[in-house]
Amino acid sequence: MSLTVNQLAQEFSRNKIGLVGIAIIVLLFAMSAAAVIIYPVQTFKEWNNPVSWITYPKSALPAWVNYFLAEKIPEHKILQNPQVATQTIGEISLTSYRFDVDYNYDGFPSDFIYEYSAKYQGAPLLQISVMRPDGLEFDLSSISLPKSKTETEYHQLIFSTDDAVKKSLRKNADKFSFPIDLLSAEDVAFSKTDSNSILKGHYIFQVNLYSVGSKVSIKESKFILGGKVYGAIGTDELRRDLLVGLLWGTPLALFIGITVAVGSVVVGLIYGVFAGYKGKKTDEAMMRLNDVIYALPALPLLIILAITIGNSIFLIVGFLMIFGWVGVAKVSRSMALQIKTLQYVEASKMMGQKDIKIIFKHILPQLLPYTFASIAIAVPAAITTEAGLSFLGLGDPTFPTWGQILHDANSFGAAARGLWWWIVPPGVMIAVTGLAFVFIGNAMDVIVNPRLRR
Amino acid sequence: MGFKQYIATRIVTMFGVLMATLLVTVALVGSNMDNILKQSVGFEIRQQVTDNKALVASFKTPEELDSFIATQINQRTKSLGLDLPWYAPQRIGITMYKILILDFGHATFLTSDNGSSNVKDIIMEKLPRTILLFTTSTIIISFLGIFLGALSGAKVNSKLDRLTSTFAIVSSSFPVWWIGMLMIFAFAFTYQIFPARATPTIPASDPGYFGALLFHMTLPLITLVLIGFGSWAYLVRNFLIGILQEDFIMAKKAIGIPERKIIFKHALKNAAPPIVTIIALSLSGSLGGAVITEAVFDWPGMGRLYFEAIGVLDLPVIIGATYVLTAFFLASVFVADILYGYFDPRVRTG
Repeated sequence: MSLTVNQLAQEFSRNKIGLVGIAIIVLLFAMSAAAVIIYPVQTFKEWNNPVSWITYPKSALPAWVNYFLAEKIPEHKILQNPQVATQTIGEISLTSYRFDVDYNYDGFPSDFIYEYSAKYQGAPLLQISVMRPDGLEFDLSSISLPKSKTETEYHQLIFSTDDAVKKSLRKNADKFSFPIDLLSAEDVAFSKTDSNSILKGHYIFQVNLYSVGSKVSIKESKFILGGKVYGAIGTDELRRDLLVGLLWGTPLALFIGITVAVGSVVVGLIYGVFAGYKGKKTDEAMMRLNDVIYALPALPLLIILAITIGNSIFLIVGFLMIFGWVGVAKVSRSMALQIKTLQYVEASKMMGQKDIKIIFKHILPQLLPYTFASIAIAVPAAITTEAGLSFLGLGDPTFPTWGQILHDANSFGAAARGLWWWIVPPGVMIAVTGLAFVFIGNAMDVIVNPRLRR
Repeated sequence: MGFKQYIATRIVTMFGVLMATLLVTVALVGSNMDNILKQSVGFEIRQQVTDNKALVASFKTPEELDSFIATQINQRTKSLGLDLPWYAPQRIGITMYKILILDFGHATFLTSDNGSSNVKDIIMEKLPRTILLFTTSTIIISFLGIFLGALSGAKVNSKLDRLTSTFAIVSSSFPVWWIGMLMIFAFAFTYQIFPARATPTIPASDPGYFGALLFHMTLPLITLVLIGFGSWAYLVRNFLIGILQEDFIMAKKAIGIPERKIIFKHALKNAAPPIVTIIALSLSGSLGGAVITEAVFDWPGMGRLYFEAIGVLDLPVIIGATYVLTAFFLASVFVADILYGYFDPRVRTG
C-alpha cells in the first residue's frame, strides 16, 4: 500500500511489456500530430461530404499492393503542383502548366480528368496536350472559356470521356497501326502505336492558356489520372481517402479513451473513498446506488442516451463516464476502509482536521498508484465501447471515428465483398491502441498488487 | 437466513434495478414518445374519419372536416390522458405499467417477419434467436474457459499458461464484432464455407428452418467463442493460483489425492464464488458485444433489430428492445447470484 509514485515509475521502467505499451502510445501521439499537420481540420470536416471526394477513385486498393504483384495495377494519381511558366508575346500572354508523370503500370488508367478554376476577363483559350515517351505529341482538347466582359471566375472539369477529347485524339489515327475509333481516350493516349497495349514511360501533360490583353490567373489546377490503387490505405466505396479517416481517428480515440478513463476513475475514487471513510449509513446508501448502476446493462442504455440526448462526441464521453466509475468506487472504498484505521489517519482526525482534508491529503495520495493502473485499464474499454456505438450508427457525424469507418464498411457489405483494406486497418488501430493501454495497465497492476508478483 | 429467503431478497433487488432502469428510460424518452403517441392518435382518427365515406360526404367544406377531426383528436387525447404532460405522475405510472406488461405500442416503421407492427410481436420473434446464440456461446465459452483456466492455473508459467494468458490479453482488446467482420471476410468471401448473412433464406414455416438457422449460426458462434473464452480462462487461472496456495490443498496433496482431482474437484469449487460474480457482471459487456456482433452477421435477433431501429429511429422498438434486453440481462445476473449462493454457503447465512 505504501507505494509512492516515484517507486511506481522506477519499477515500471524495468517492465518490458509496459515499456512497449508506452512506446506504442508515443507512436500514436506522433500519428495524431501528423494527422493535424498533414491534413488540416477542414479536410477532415469534409469527410461526410461526397462532393469533396469526387476526384478520388472508388474502392481503390492501397498502392503498396503493387509491390506484391507481377502486373502493376495503375495507381490513381492526383497531380497538384504543376510547373508554371508565363510568356508574353506582344498582346498575347501565355500561361502554361506542365504535369510530369512516370507511368509504369501494366494497365491503362481508368480515365483522366483536368480540374481547374480560372479568373479572367475576355475569352481565353485553353489547350491541353500530352507528350508521350515515344516523342509523339497529341492534342487532347482546346476550348475557349465563356466570354465575359467583366472579371469572372470559372470552374470546370474536363473529362477524358468528353467527346471533344475523343475527337481530337482521332485526328492521330494515321500514327496507329490499328483502328482507334472505338477506343476510349485513355486507351489511345497511353497506347503503343503498333499494338493496343500500354506504353510505359514518362508522360508530360501540358496545359496552355492563351489570353489577349488581360491577364488570367488560375487558382486551382489539378490533373487526375484514374487508377485502381491509391494512397497508403486505399479508398472506400464513397471515394474517401481512408488514410485521412484513419489518421484523424487516432487523436479522437485517444481523447475519448483517456478522458473517459481519467474522468470515471477520478469520480469513482472520490466516491468510493468518501463512502468508505464516512462509513455507517452514508456508506450503506452510497453503495446501494453503486450496486444499482453496477447491475445496469450499459449498451442498451447508452443507445437510448445517444438517441434521446444527442450523439456529439462530448456527450458520448459523458455517457461512458456514467457507467465507468462504479468498479473503481467499489475497490477504492474497500481500500479506504483499511487506510482509515491506520494510526496517522486517526491521529489527524483527533487533531480536529476536516474530513475533506483528511480524504484529500492522507487517503487519496495512498491510492495514487492504484489510480494510474485503473486508468490504463479503463482506456481500452472506453475506446471499444465508443467504437461499438459508432458501429451501430450512433457516432458523432462531425468527428468520424474508427468505429464509424467500420459502420460504413458494414453498411456497404465490405467484408462479404472482400474489401479488406476498408475493414482491417480501423480494427487493427482500435486493437493496437487498446493493447498499448492494456500492456501498461497490466505492468502497473503487477507492481500495485503484490499478490500478483511471483 | 435460508436459501429460499436469499433468493427472495435477490428477486426484490433485481426488481428494484429493473424499475430503476425503466424509470430512467421513460424519463429519457418521455417527450419524444409523447409526440409519437399524439401523432399516432391523430393518424388513427383521420384514418377512421376518411374511411367513413358517409361521414365525409356530410361535410360541406374541407375546413369543416378538419375542425371535426381536430375535436375528435382532442377528445381521444383527453380520454387517453395524453393532454397531461408526459412527466405527470399518473402518466409515468401508466407508461411504466404498460412497459411492464410488455405493451410497447406499435412500431413506426419496422414490422415482424409475418407483418405485425406490434412491438411486442417483433421483439418476441427476435429474442429467442438472441438467447439461442448468446446462451449457446456462453455455455461453450464457460466450459472451454474453466477447463483451460484450470489447466494453466495448475501449471503456472508452463507453455499452455503463457499461451492462454497472452491470448486472453490480446483477445480482450479486440472488439468482437470486428473479428466478426474478419471472419466473414475469411470464411464467407475468401473460403466460401459459411454464408455471409446469418439470416436463413428459407421461410420460418419450413420444417428445415431450424437446421438452416443452426448452420447460419456457426460463424457468429465461432466468433463469440473465439473472443470470449480467453478472458474466462485468465480469470479462472488467477483465482485458482490463489486457492492452490492454501493449506487445505497442501494437506490434500500430502494425503496423496491425485492432482487432477484436487484441481477439478476441490480447488475449482472453492474458486467458484468470486469467478461466478465477476463473470455475471461481465455478462453486460459480452451481451453488448454479442448484440453488435449480431448486427455484423445479420443474425435475425435483437442486435439486427437495434441496428435497423436506430437506422430509421423507430423509438417504440428501441424502448421495447432496451427493456427486454435489460430484463434478460438481469435474469442472467440473477441466475449467477443463485449459483453464488449455491457455491458459497456464507452468502446465505449473511
